[in-house]
Amino acid sequence: MAPVSRRLFLKSSAAVGAGLVLGVHLPMPDKGFAAAPEAPPQPDLYNPNAFIRIAPDNTVTLLSKHIEFGQGPYTGLATLVAEELGADWGQMRAEGAPGDLVYQNIGRGMQLTGGSSSIRNSYLQMRRIGATARAMLVAAAAKQWEVPAVEVLVDKGVLTHSSGKKATMGELAEAAMALPAPAADDVKLKDPESFTLIGRELPRLDTPAKLDGSARYTIDVDRENQVVAMIERPPRFGAKLTGFDEGAAKRIPGFVAAKEVPGGVAVYADGFWPAKMARHALNAQWDESGAEHADSDQMIERFKAKLGEAGKPAADRGGADAVLDKPAEGDKVLTADYVFPYLAHAPMEPLDCVIERTADGGVEAWYGAQAPTIDQMAIAKVLGVPLDKVKINVLFAGGSFGRRAQGDASLAVEAAQLLASAPEGRPVKLVWTREDDIRGGYYRPLYVHRLEAVVRKNEIAAWRHRIVGQSIFAWTPFPEPKDGIDPTSVEGARNLPYGINDFKVELTTEKIGIPVLWWRSVGSTHTAFSTETFMDEVLAAAGLDPVEGRLAMLAEHPRHAGVLRAVAELADWGKGAPAGRAYGVALHESFQTYVAEIAEVSLDRSGMPKVHKVYCAVDCGVAVNPNIIAAQMEGGIGYGLGAALFNAVDVVDGRVVQRNFDDYKPLRMGDMPEVSVTVVKSGEAPTGVGEPGVPPVAPAVANAFARLTGKRVRHLPFARALGGA
Amino acid sequence: MKYALTVNGEPREVDVAPGTPLLWVLREQVGLKGTKYGCGVAQCGACTVHVDGKPARSCVLPVEEVGARAVTTIEGLSGPVADRLRAAWRSLDVPQCGYCQSGQLMTACALLTEVPKPDAEQVEHAMAGNVCRCCTYTRIRRAIGMAAEEGGAP
Ligand code: FES
Ligand code: FES
Repeated sequence: MAPVSRRLFLKSSAAVGAGLVLGVHLPMPDKGFAAAPEAPPQPDLYNPNAFIRIAPDNTVTLLSKHIEFGQGPYTGLATLVAEELGADWGQMRAEGAPGDLVYQNIGRGMQLTGGSSSIRNSYLQMRRIGATARAMLVAAAAKQWEVPAVEVLVDKGVLTHSSGKKATMGELAEAAMALPAPAADDVKLKDPESFTLIGRELPRLDTPAKLDGSARYTIDVDRENQVVAMIERPPRFGAKLTGFDEGAAKRIPGFVAAKEVPGGVAVYADGFWPAKMARHALNAQWDESGAEHADSDQMIERFKAKLGEAGKPAADRGGADAVLDKPAEGDKVLTADYVFPYLAHAPMEPLDCVIERTADGGVEAWYGAQAPTIDQMAIAKVLGVPLDKVKINVLFAGGSFGRRAQGDASLAVEAAQLLASAPEGRPVKLVWTREDDIRGGYYRPLYVHRLEAVVRKNEIAAWRHRIVGQSIFAWTPFPEPKDGIDPTSVEGARNLPYGINDFKVELTTEKIGIPVLWWRSVGSTHTAFSTETFMDEVLAAAGLDPVEGRLAMLAEHPRHAGVLRAVAELADWGKGAPAGRAYGVALHESFQTYVAEIAEVSLDRSGMPKVHKVYCAVDCGVAVNPNIIAAQMEGGIGYGLGAALFNAVDVVDGRVVQRNFDDYKPLRMGDMPEVSVTVVKSGEAPTGVGEPGVPPVAPAVANAFARLTGKRVRHLPFARALGGA
Repeated sequence: MKYALTVNGEPREVDVAPGTPLLWVLREQVGLKGTKYGCGVAQCGACTVHVDGKPARSCVLPVEEVGARAVTTIEGLSGPVADRLRAAWRSLDVPQCGYCQSGQLMTACALLTEVPKPDAEQVEHAMAGNVCRCCTYTRIRRAIGMAAEEGGAP
């Protein structure tokens, strides 16, 4: 282990290993920002100095390598550290770690929050860090008290010896850090049987600041002499600026400057309101000849036309084609087409970023960065500063749902470009309005699917799934997958757990100039819907119960079966829904977390589904904090339900139709069902919960709706399928 | 233009262009950042403050219309109802990202001040203008119920 520095342990770790950022290695050989210089020295990912700070007042602060936007890593990671450290929960604090490779997502080689991986990749790391720090504190106490280390006890942040000696972690921290760190082999982790914090519903560390207005988000950052900047963006993706009327903007009090930037016209002003007014006055003109003229309705028709042709195989076992081409006498052949619209993430806090030049020729930024490593590289490249002089302070974000995890670093690039053009080099606070957010692209892609199955006697004799849509990978610097299959387009479909022998999934990828991005649960946002509603239809054709029929095909997948059984029990599936209501079930695994949901649905006056209750069973391995797991299931259910009921981003001749929450309708309290969550007991390594609650809700509601009405909704959102009800 | 405001009980003089929404005056002139921007068109409730005790969307309230009325923001929200609400919010760990929560608490506090024991429909009606993209609604409902319960008989 690297020598540990006392100074860092006690004070800010902001400067830890700044040099290590040099030479970030990303899998982007031929596209992207900066070619990685030679392989960097691998930072020590288990060095307590980088991750915890023990102060003389006995508080222990975790520097969270994962951004906190509600999904709970501050509390979760602090729990893991505190468990092995022997800390009292009351002494734990958390804050965001800055951009630095020592804070990388293990296995991904860069600092990134995404793919519901925070707890999954940190579980052993944070525990080992806690255990290492504990060993060092014990060694310091033993030395000071001249007793054998094995006789020093640690409990709730206090070290004691039978002789009556006693000291807090805060009192020992300085001495502890002067000692050599123990060898990795000497650091023993607890047996899970003896956990005292992991598995408990510990209160969240970030709650108090979120109740009195003191929590600080990007939009709250004020740098001295900063200007607020907004961008007037093209009316169609890809349009070119031809001119604008600065004179009109100049008449707005507080206006500072307007400049052409790659993204459009940047307006700089002394405040949000002057910036918005001045932007409005600009009257920018555009050359739209080379712009994107895509039209979502036409795309749907074009994509549907492709459903008749085979795509690239993403999964192929047995002979689904042969069975489907030549059904036998008595076979039932089922076919269904599905349409999924573009979706905006619409996090509560629209995108923003504060950025300034530092006295040493570098750049410092403050914002909710979900992928700081990529952003650092992008900022370095745009501004021509060395990578190790780009500092990113990662703040709370008011939601993200994937919006801030940008493979192309578009927000960081935009902020850097604005800083490059800033009047007198002033610090810049870039803000997006809600309209910018809804119209700014980076949507969940529009997809169409076709599902076909053959039911022979009471079994599924063949299953073929065709998907047509844009590639998310194409909007990242990551190399195109060699087999031409973007895994994010087919995840959840190609790995369908049911034991079907003749099974095929095909993908056709379309190129469109509308930027797309991962949206909470990514491919599962659409594959769970088509597979789980179609499965209900197929089971009905086979005369099988939705729960029993699924279970019969899950012999090889005990964790899928486990959550399905658990949710059926929770909802009392056998007894069924109360009068006038129906149950619908759906099951889906995403990011190695298994979730089954049962929706209890009636019809409202307009004929739309009214979801009263959602029962949810989740298996995410060891449950680090069951209360946060439940909260993420509740939130995921609401998020998935709102989109399924109401949301679509429409593009007409290259222009986005929707603009704000009046026409991109968020789920409100009256539409939010009660949610009952059961966390299935498991000793498996923990997995994430930020996304996996989302996928099952829409198909569960659609399945219940079909039971109530006999009508299959296959074109989302429901409001559109049901005639704008 | 200069405007004299009363914010959280204190007189504040600000100098902004007429038409500037109270939201931006509070955040950028007065320096109170707890009130948030979410939509700017009275659709989300993130910017909710109290004006003479009544919830108002500060993003669409021009500063000149505030006049002598008392403005309360999340930083100044206090009293027994607010205390009970915060305690309930804390015990249920209501917030996720937290960005909407100032507005949620402001609206909930105005509701319980006016209707100490609201029924489910009254809660839904009062809170309908406050969006939470993290969908913490089930916990907000429960927390309001808890705080009302602890308020004792009406
Ligand atoms: S910001 Fe005022 S209601 Fe949304
Ligand atoms: S807690 Fe995130 S928007 Fe409400």
